[in-house]
Amino acid sequence: MHDLALNQIIGYIIICGGIIFDFFGVLGLVRLPDVYNRLQAATKSVTFGSVGILLGVFIYSGFTATGFKAILCAIFILLTSPVSAHAIAKAAHKAGIKLTDETIIDLYQEDKELQK
Amino acid sequence: MRVFRWFIGLLFIAAFFVMNFVVFTEIPFNYKLINVLLFCSLFILIRVVRGPSVADRIVAIDILGILIIGVCAILAIALQRSYFIDIGIAWGLQSFIGTLALAKFLEGRSLDA
Amino acid sequence: MKTERKSRIVVFFLSLLIWILITMVCSIPSLIAGIIIALITSIFAGEMLIITERKFHLKRVWYTIEYLVKFTWELIKANFHVAYIVIHPLLPIKPGIVKVKTKLKRDSALTMLANSITLTPGTLTVDIDVDNQILYVHWIDVKFTDIEQTTKDIGGRFEKLLEEIFE
Repeated sequence: MHDLALNQIIGYIIICGGIIFDFFGVLGLVRLPDVYNRLQAATKSVTFGSVGILLGVFIYSGFTATGFKAILCAIFILLTSPVSAHAIAKAAHKAGIKLTDETIIDLYQEDKELQK
Repeated sequence: MRVFRWFIGLLFIAAFFVMNFVVFTEIPFNYKLINVLLFCSLFILIRVVRGPSVADRIVAIDILGILIIGVCAILAIALQRSYFIDIGIAWGLQSFIGTLALAKFLEGRSLDA
Repeated sequence: MKTERKSRIVVFFLSLLIWILITMVCSIPSLIAGIIIALITSIFAGEMLIITERKFHLKRVWYTIEYLVKFTWELIKANFHVAYIVIHPLLPIKPGIVKVKTKLKRDSALTMLANSITLTPGTLTVDIDVDNQILYVHWIDVKFTDIEQTTKDIGGRFEKLLEEIFE
């Protein structure tokens, strides 16, 4: 741990930040009450955490094969993970999975009943 | 009741972090970071086992896929091999397509529409 | 016809670039294999990337950079918001699904708006009604239920920039 270059130290700091946000997202997955809230916390925090880890790997290894692949993977995650979140949320609502009791308003359900 | 359960969870998490970073000093630092991510995936497996509905399990599997990419990235710098990130890219692709297929199946549509 | 050919050329060079980045070997056989695979990709799936014709403006590059900076800032804020909610012992949430009206029409602009809303503080796009231009947004901490105020608060953060970039 004592003979690291400056870019390696910065890379490790960013990796640690990403891991902390990953941990918060997973904690939200366990603690929050229904599918939609879990999806919110988990998608945001785990996406940001994994992108942070990949950016840290890029800074750690510089302009090498590992670094370029890490950047490619980070762009890929940023583009795909919100799309799968939409897909799951829409499917869960259409499958009739209930929102939690603390919910105060559901305009989507009202509009679906209006169309019938 | 909720505060009591919060306190129990805090004790559990604090015990893990103390064991990981203070007690066992001979493990290399990269592997300590990977241990934290594996601890996260333990929580995800709790949600997979307990989840009251199918959608909860699909969400948990999707999140597990994104977390594994992080594990692959840290393994790549721990072992100085660049092909671990290829594994991460392939895993992310498969996980994305699988999640979309499961979501369509849950929605009640057929897979070719 | 012309946009289709342009789209195929863009897809060819994009997939060749990704091949080079993934393999990172600059030998002749690897490059030839990459060119063949990029040709196959652009023949079978080339016409889907660019659908409409539009002109190149220097202004659009500037707006893209502004959008990226704003998006990164909102992403960081969103993560601290989630961390605050998750750590708090009493879980201070007030969830609900609200409607947001949008002025955007193109599919690419709507997709980017939905992705941006999903990754910004407290909101998650559930469904898009393309005909009436309405987004259904799940909000973890509902402040207003009126459609005009939600449009201003949620959609207004990115809508103007995306309108400049995509339309």
